[in-house]
Amino acid sequence: MATTATEAVATGAEHAEKTGLPQLDFATFPNQIFWLAVTLVIIYLVLTRVALPRIGAVLAERSGTITNDLAAAEEFKQKAVQAERAYNDALTMARGEAAKIVASAKADIQKDLDKAIAKADADIAAKAVESEAKITEIKAGALDAITEVAKDTARELVIALGGKADAKSITAAVAARLKG
Amino acid sequence: MEGDIAQMGKFIGAGLATIGLGGAGIGVGHIAGNFLAGALRNPSAAPGQMANLFVGIAFAEALGIFSFLIALLLLFAV
Amino acid sequence: MAGEETSKLNIHPMEQFIVKPLFGGDTIHWYTPTNVTLWMGIAVLVMIALLVLGTSRRSIIPSRLQSVGEMLYGFIHNMVEEVTGHDGIKYFPYVMTLFMFVVLANLLGLIPMAFATTSHFAVTATLAMLVFLSVTILGFAKQGIGFLGMFWVSSAPLVLRPVLALIEIISYFVRPLSHSIRLGGNVMAGHAVIKVFAGFAGALGVASVVPILSIAAIYGLELLVAVVQAYVFTILTCVYLRDAVGGAHH
Repeated sequence: MATTATEAVATGAEHAEKTGLPQLDFATFPNQIFWLAVTLVIIYLVLTRVALPRIGAVLAERSGTITNDLAAAEEFKQKAVQAERAYNDALTMARGEAAKIVASAKADIQKDLDKAIAKADADIAAKAVESEAKITEIKAGALDAITEVAKDTARELVIALGGKADAKSITAAVAARLKG
Repeated sequence: MEGDIAQMGKFIGAGLATIGLGGAGIGVGHIAGNFLAGALRNPSAAPGQMANLFVGIAFAEALGIFSFLIALLLLFAV
Repeated sequence: MAGEETSKLNIHPMEQFIVKPLFGGDTIHWYTPTNVTLWMGIAVLVMIALLVLGTSRRSIIPSRLQSVGEMLYGFIHNMVEEVTGHDGIKYFPYVMTLFMFVVLANLLGLIPMAFATTSHFAVTATLAMLVFLSVTILGFAKQGIGFLGMFWVSSAPLVLRPVLALIEIISYFVRPLSHSIRLGGNVMAGHAVIKVFAGFAGALGVASVVPILSIAAIYGLELLVAVVQAYVFTILTCVYLRDAVGGAHH
């Protein structure tokens, strides 16, 4: 079987067209099929024993890692949200505290201010009373002095005009004039 | 080789057999064109149908390849 | 064809697919190390570098290589879970094996001068038969004779059911064929087209800039095709597995 057909192959390239299609040279079929079987068995064994389990493991590991990382990221996000909430709470609390402190400080200041104002008012009132008294005194003093001056002047005038300087009538006259 | 009527018949037959490849061309073009028309109408569904596209093209092409094979057989094997 | 002396074009698009013994010799026994062995071995080494060495540090924050491995793991894991349902998740290593082999073989095959193992129907048909047999055995093991209910469309009118059953059975048995030819045909066609353009570049002299630019463009397309075909192969495996485990019927 082999001799007739292998002849065609052996004669080589220059006669290839005449002897027919290499694909239809049945003498080479057992050879090709044998080596194909060997190749397929080797590929199958390498794939099933080594390559495919390894790649599958790597892919599974990667998807596991990605899942874990995503979970961790989610956890961190939760933590961040919590931290933000705590921060906001603290901020609100601090704001309240500050407002309270401001209010109490304001109240204190207001109290001090009121006290100071009251004191100042009292002082002012006292001073005013004192001043009034002084003014009254001075007014009274001035009136006396005016009366005195008027009497003296009246007496001098009366004397200069040749009349008798009656102290009693002069006083009465001045008093009447001052009143009038 | 001159005057060899059998040889002439072989060549003519092989040439005629290659006409069959035109049919494969029509078939493949028809499938691809219709796929494109459908894909333009609904682009989101197109990637899922790539496998069907290739299987269809393969079936259409196989019949053309048969006539190519007949041509080869006529040229080299008969 | 291209062997004639009169032709300026020297295009051998299928030469790149020839299976050669690595260490000389003419005969290819079933155990002979060939370029198939070499490039499948490179695929295994790249897989080990990506998924074993890249993840050896098991770091939580992945390095570039490790994140590529994890992306592949997550991509296939999601696909199995979405398409086959929750019951299908235990077949994830099986689906991952198929995906890693197909995507690495496709991409490594695009390296210039490399040998594309998935361009050979011997390889893709073996992969497809593996899926077909495992799905069929699993279906009968899981659902017993009820697995045959898949072919009996109970939502159709009674008259049509035998016809539909016939169609369903045919389509079931065509599955491994289309499953393997799709992958092998796409890879083979792409590589052959690049080789054909490379032949043009050799013949055109200065004007070969045009085919070289075309090769660059087709190479980009082929990178896309390599990944998409691996994806399609894997997702169809998942779709077939869904029938077997009986989950998520529409």
